[in-house]
Amino acid sequence: MTGHEHAHQPGWAGAPLLVALALAGLAYLLAVRRLHRTGRPWPVVRTALWLLGLGAAAAGVLIGSGSSFAVHMVGHVLLGMLGPLLLARAAPVTLALRALPAGRAKLLSRVLRSVPVALLTTPVVAALLSVGGLWLLYRTDLHAAAGHDPLLGLAVSTHVLLAGYLFTATLVGPDPVAHRADLGVRAAVLVLAVAAHNVLAKSFAAAPPAGLTEAEALAGGQLMYYLGAPVEIAVFVLLGREWARGDRRRARRSPVPQPGPAGELSR
Amino acid sequence: MTPPPTARTRARRRNLLAGLLLGVGTVAFLDEVVFHQLLHWHKFYDRAGTDAGLVSDGLFHAFSWGATVAALFLLGSLRRDRTVDRPRVIGGVLIGAGAFQLYDGLVQHKLLGLHQIRYEVDLLPYDLTWNVLAVALLVVGLVLVRRSGRA
Repeated sequence: MTGHEHAHQPGWAGAPLLVALALAGLAYLLAVRRLHRTGRPWPVVRTALWLLGLGAAAAGVLIGSGSSFAVHMVGHVLLGMLGPLLLARAAPVTLALRALPAGRAKLLSRVLRSVPVALLTTPVVAALLSVGGLWLLYRTDLHAAAGHDPLLGLAVSTHVLLAGYLFTATLVGPDPVAHRADLGVRAAVLVLAVAAHNVLAKSFAAAPPAGLTEAEALAGGQLMYYLGAPVEIAVFVLLGREWARGDRRRARRSPVPQPGPAGELSR
Repeated sequence: MTPPPTARTRARRRNLLAGLLLGVGTVAFLDEVVFHQLLHWHKFYDRAGTDAGLVSDGLFHAFSWGATVAALFLLGSLRRDRTVDRPRVIGGVLIGAGAFQLYDGLVQHKLLGLHQIRYEVDLLPYDLTWNVLAVALLVVGLVLVRRSGRA
């Protein structure tokens, strides 16, 4: 393709990340085995989610360094959205807390409650890191630079994965969070983050990122928008399910008076 | 301290809210399917559009996805309690859809000029159809909701 400066990320840029993903898979499986040995079961679904999430992220790393911006965007959705959602739902922190020896588990839970981690797991901060990071990446020269500098490319991919994980874990992760924000706050932050993602995707068509033709930018933006939507809707559904569970619990605890035969209530 | 809502008032609120949210979600869905995918009057990005139009479009679609999901969970809770009030939900849908369409037609199209129904045509018949339809939806919705209140 001519006029196409969006150079391929040199091959080895993703290698350290792929190794890290493989190690994360191994660590999770070892932790699950330790739990089983001590007679404490761990849901198979979560193990499956973890492995699928790692697979999606790995596919994202491999695809993301592909030749065209459109293909890169498919990789972005896998690495920064679908992968993180699956990983966050696999509850790795809960698993670690259960599988680690008591002393280290206590240390981990202290780290989780520390000020920096509590700050990172605030919905607004997590949203700024993930979606804000994407704006920085694509609306400055960073994306083009990351295509030429493997180390920068690796840093960007790692950030996209971790920030995506942080964001989904903060909103809908089963893992403990220092101060879980209200459901309404999390829903509002999600709407704003999705809006920022939508606008960024459409802005590619308005003003192609550095080094891209209009057609390439439009195709990439459309993929980012339409492939991202199912993942975003899945996060909305998880928030809704959390609300429904709480609502059922409240209904059981203090049943509101049911209307009598006439449908009237005494207040 | 306001007393906790009784089952009846809570169900009435939830029926209406579910309808309103579903109405806004439906408008967004129809916009995407009819105007973007079928008619191609709207494009993924319109050169004639403005930056503010881009932001309002992104926000609207993000909100509408969340609204649709929220509406479905509300309906789920109403079904669980066996308190679905169908006319009230449908009335809510029509109010939500009509109100949003009217806001879109008057404020976004005309007042702010963020985007148009169609480009490079005489807009008057389109605008009239759009806004008259919006008012009709709104009126029918209001009537349905008021009647459901008396039942």
